[in-house]
Formats: sequence, C-alpha cells, structure tokens
Amino acid sequence: MVIMAVFTLYFLIPIWWLFVAATKDRSQLTGTNPLWFADINLVQNITEVVSYRDGVFLRWVVNSLAYAGGGALIATMLAGMCGYALAKYDFRGRDLLFNVFLGGVLVPATALALPLFLMFSQINATNTFWSVFLPSIVSPFGVYLARIYAGASVPDELIEASRLDGASELRTFFTVSVKLMFPALVTVFLFQFVAIWNNFFLPLIMLRDERNFPVTLGLYTWNSQVNQIPELRSYVLVGALLSIIPLIVAFLLLQRFWRSGLGAGSVK
Amino acid sequence: MRITKSVTAVALVSLLALTGCSTGSGGSDDAAAAECKPSDGDVTLSFTSWVPGIEDVVSIWNKENPKIQVKVQTGPNGNSGTYQNFFNQLKAGNAPDLGQIEYDALPNFRVQDGLMNIGACEEVLAAKDEFVDWTWSQVSFDEQDAAYGIPQDSGPMALFYRSDLFEQNGIAVPTTWAEFADAAEKVRATGSYITNFSQNDINQFAGFVWQAGGTWFGDDGDAWTVDLTGEKSTMVADYWQDLIDRDLVSTYPGWTTEWDNAYNTGNVWSWNSAVWGANSISTGAPDTAGKWSVASSPQWKNGDAVSGNWGGSATAVFTGSKHPYEAAKFALWLNSSDEALTKLNEVANLYPATTAGLKLPILSEGVEFYGNQKIYDIFATASSEVPSGFTWGPTMTQTYNSVSDGFKAAVSGKGTLGESLKTAQDDTIKSMESQSIPVAK
Repeated sequence: MVIMAVFTLYFLIPIWWLFVAATKDRSQLTGTNPLWFADINLVQNITEVVSYRDGVFLRWVVNSLAYAGGGALIATMLAGMCGYALAKYDFRGRDLLFNVFLGGVLVPATALALPLFLMFSQINATNTFWSVFLPSIVSPFGVYLARIYAGASVPDELIEASRLDGASELRTFFTVSVKLMFPALVTVFLFQFVAIWNNFFLPLIMLRDERNFPVTLGLYTWNSQVNQIPELRSYVLVGALLSIIPLIVAFLLLQRFWRSGLGAGSVK
Repeated sequence: MRITKSVTAVALVSLLALTGCSTGSGGSDDAAAAECKPSDGDVTLSFTSWVPGIEDVVSIWNKENPKIQVKVQTGPNGNSGTYQNFFNQLKAGNAPDLGQIEYDALPNFRVQDGLMNIGACEEVLAAKDEFVDWTWSQVSFDEQDAAYGIPQDSGPMALFYRSDLFEQNGIAVPTTWAEFADAAEKVRATGSYITNFSQNDINQFAGFVWQAGGTWFGDDGDAWTVDLTGEKSTMVADYWQDLIDRDLVSTYPGWTTEWDNAYNTGNVWSWNSAVWGANSISTGAPDTAGKWSVASSPQWKNGDAVSGNWGGSATAVFTGSKHPYEAAKFALWLNSSDEALTKLNEVANLYPATTAGLKLPILSEGVEFYGNQKIYDIFATASSEVPSGFTWGPTMTQTYNSVSDGFKAAVSGKGTLGESLKTAQDDTIKSMESQSIPVAK
C-alpha cells in the first residue's frame, strides 16, 4: 500500500508541478515554491498561448486531433477488418501473414521514419499532411489484438447464421461482428490515438511548414527557441498542460470499453 | 551518420577544395558557382530558419520583390533536429534553397558537400567589406573569393555584472582575468559567487578560448588539425579549474531554474556572455532590474582589447538549389539591409554581423534593465575586437558531447577540465577518422 502510494505520488507530482507552473506568470516561475501556487494567472496565460503568432497553437491542436483522431479511426477499421479476416477465414498463408504482422509489432516507429522520409521524397510528398497521416493508419498491434479478440468473441455459428439469412460477408462484418468486437476496437483506437498523438519523430523529419505541425512538434520547436524568446518558456508549460487534456478526455470517455478489451484472450 | 564510399570521396574532394589544393578542375562547387545567373521568370525560394518571427522579416521582402518570392519553413533549432533534417533532405535531393546554419555547424555541411559556393555571385563578393571581418572568415573558411553563406548574426562577448553589489562591497570591476580571480575571492568572502561556470555551455568555453587567441581546429594544407589541448585552450581550462577547485565560482547548469534563481537572488554577480545574454538575464532575473551594467570582457594581458564570440549563424544556399543568384540576393538583403536587420533585432534579438548594422538606431538606445546604459555600444566595440582565426571542426556535435561529458564530471570533482579536453581531442580525431576525414597527426 505504501509502495503504491509512493509510486502514485511519483507519477502525479510532475503533472501537479505542470499544473501549478502553468498558473504562474513568468517572473514567479523561478522565484516561488515550484509545488504551490503564487498568483493565479491561468486564464491570462492560456489567452497568451492561444493568441501568440495568430493562434498557431490552436492550429497545432486541431492538426493533432486530425492526425490522431482520423488516423486512429482508419487504423482501427483496417486493423479490425484485417484481424477479423485472419481469425475467421481459412486461407493459404494465413499464419505466415499473421507472423509478418507480429514482426511489425517489434519494429519501432522511429526506425521507420527515415526510410519513410526517403520514400515520400521520391514522390514529392514530404511536408504535407499526408506524409504524417498515411503512416499513422497502420497498426500491427491492432491487427494482433483484433485477431485474438475476434477469435474469442465472434462465434462461427453466428456468422454461419448470418450467411444463411442471406447477408453478404461485408454486411455480416459490419452489423454483427463489429458489435461483438467493439471493446477490442475501442482499445485499438485508444492505443493508436495515443501513439499518434505522442509520435514526434516522424513529424519532426517530415514537416517544415509550421501550419502542419502537430502539437508535440510545435511545443518542441518553441522549447528550442527559449534562449531567443524567453517568454516561450511559460508558453511551452501552458501548452503542454493544454495538450494532455484531449488524451485525458479520451481515456475517461473510453475507459470502460478498453478495460474489458485489454483482458481479451487472457482467459477462455 | 552513415558513411558510404561516395560520401567519403565527396568529403575528400571538398577538403581539398577547402584547403585550396584544388586546381579548379571542375568539382561540383566550381560548376555550381559558375552558374550564378538570374533565372528566367518568377522564382519561389524555400528558406528554412528557426528564428522566431522571421516570417515578418521575409514578408517585407516578398512585398518589395514580387518576382522573387520566399517561402519560410521552420523547425526546432539546428542541433535539436533541423541540421539532421537538412542532411536527410540533401540525401533525398529536396533540400530548401536556403537554410540557417550556425557558424560552428558550417564546416560539417561543407565537408558533406551540402553548401553552394555563392562567391561566384558578384554581388556577394562586393558585399564582403560590409561584414565584420571575423564573421566573413566564418563563412569563407578563408578561401579566396569564396562564400558558403552570408553571415547573419554574431555574439560578441562582454561582462554583465551587478554594478550595485560590486559598488556596495567596494570591489573594483575586474579588467583582467587575474583581477577577476582576485575579485572572485573577495566576492566569495561575502558569501556569493562572482560568476557561474556552466558545465553544459561548451560554446561559452570555446568563446573564452577564442578570446585567448586559441583555436580548436585548423588545416595544414591537406588535412585537418585538431588542437583542443593547445597552449591557449589549456591555459583557459586551468584558469577555470583553479576557480572551481577553490570554490570561487558556482557550477549550475546553464538555462535551468537554479541558474535563473542564482542570478535573481544575487547569489551570482556576473556573467561573461554574448550580446544576446542581455535578454537571458532580464527575463531570468526580473527582480534585479536596473542593477546590472555591462563592461568589456576581462583581458588576459593588461591593456589588451580582445573579445570572444559565442554563437551566431549564417544564411547558406544548399547544393541543388536551382536559383543561386536569387537566393544569394535574398540572403544579402536579409543580412545587410537596415530594414531587415532592424526587424530581426526586434523580433528575435539578433545582433547584426555587418559593421553598419552595429550602428542601427535600435542598437544605440539605452536599455532600462541595465540602468539605461547604452549597452550595445560595448558590444559594437567587442565585435570589432573578435579575432578572425577561430575555426570550427567538421564534427562539432561529437566534440561538444565529449567535452560536455568531461566538464560535467570535472565540476563534480572527477577529473579536470584539462583532462576533458584531452579526452575530447582523442575522441574527435577518432570520430573524424571513422568518417574518413583526413586528420594531420
């Protein structure tokens, strides 16, 4: 219990610090107690951050939502269909294909960034929305999870019955199987959402136009300019606080689904 | 960085060119330089810079030059990722026309054949005299009629000090480094530190070596020389090691909250730093407003007038740009016209590299934080006192890392600054040899 409490504190203190720091004005940042409030300037700080340079910060947040939300949605659909097909259809090379996907789980996204950059360079597509979006819609882990879950939760009999009723395979998938696989799909969505939201290296390599930046890259860029424009230091802090809000919201909204999704396949 | 045979060959070729051994037999540089002609029709140039607010400066140009439009691209500062991106883009063949590169990174790009020699553009060479001598030698590598970029800004160094505290305690503001060490003892007796030796600001240390007349790199005709342990470099290291050993300077890492705090509370009294440091103090130590002054850096020899430099960058044209003429024209405007320099100073505190720029009206005003002292006059003098001969190496990132590891250990009592330089010397040579960059023994 004590250990748990210690670790909880260990994880929560940085967030607490971030929250407290975001409420201070710049001159109080260094001089006052880092873990307690001075004058509360949160609203003013937020106004400054979102209005700095024509509101470029808000643009980054919208970009991040587009990359992470859109990317995760398509990734979930593709992974769901793929995993379902691997679980429910018997075809030649099925295991080989699945093993290839499993191998994909082991390749870190960072290692793929540079090759992707060179490939996108070939077709003059670097520094575009698509150069970050397209690589994000692939989720080998999602395929893995979807296959396990589809195997465990979609009974063959049900598919059989649906076929007898005259439904096409696609219709069966979208009306029957997707509902049964829902917890797993939410988990895949959440994982992918967080992965894209936090993906930093790919946008760093691909993007030059700050109108396309996701919020992580934008804040990193600001942070590297602190020596020249010192007020950016507090903007980075406030921006970091604002940028974790969508993640928290996503977790809170979806947690009851993903909890059951994670346990899938562990007990039969 | 992965080194292939072709890169090695390129490195060798460029090094020969760099050292003046090339007989002009038509290397890629010569070919590119010969083509400095205006392009037909309208031109759009891409320009990558991480200077905050540079869009405002570029938009002035875009309004005045409808036929040469410049598109700004941005990213984190050079060492935080943009340099690596430049190298990736050069490899992929889609580098921007122009890019911002700090002086200490230029040789690396030069060795990798990433920079176009815009010295063939007449206007560029004609502008040479407008720039402070040492800044031009940073972009020309002291080659005849060459320019691998246009100097943008500079960081001449001077001494920021708490005039109120020095006065109250009856301590004279030191004008030589020997006096500085004596004053350090007196300041320590009051319970404070005279200055902070930042363990992670290797560039500041390099600035000290620069002022002392040392240089870390050079070429002996056909190979690089590495001299981190040279006489001057060692002298500077021993000097600071002595102050650290006697606990006369604090050793907070730079740019951290402790560091800000030390200055804000008067625990540390002075900082021998670059011109842009003015802004770091006023924002990091807001409670001390009005109590600071600026004086010339302490000298090694009484009566000398030599300054060091910390920072500064150039606007370079990348290999593969189809419009070197227009790119050079824009780079010249950006870094030498009064309107651009004034705007650059306003939006990002950049301190010009041209002699005329040092006298801009915006730089001759008194600064409130420094008790209305006209501090930029001191820096204008300092800028003219920076020696020309300081050369950066082609593998600076590695060198910085190596020195920095040693310095961190040294301030915590393991080893000395001098030993760190020795290790860094060996590491640097090893790193250059592993990239097949010829090193003179």
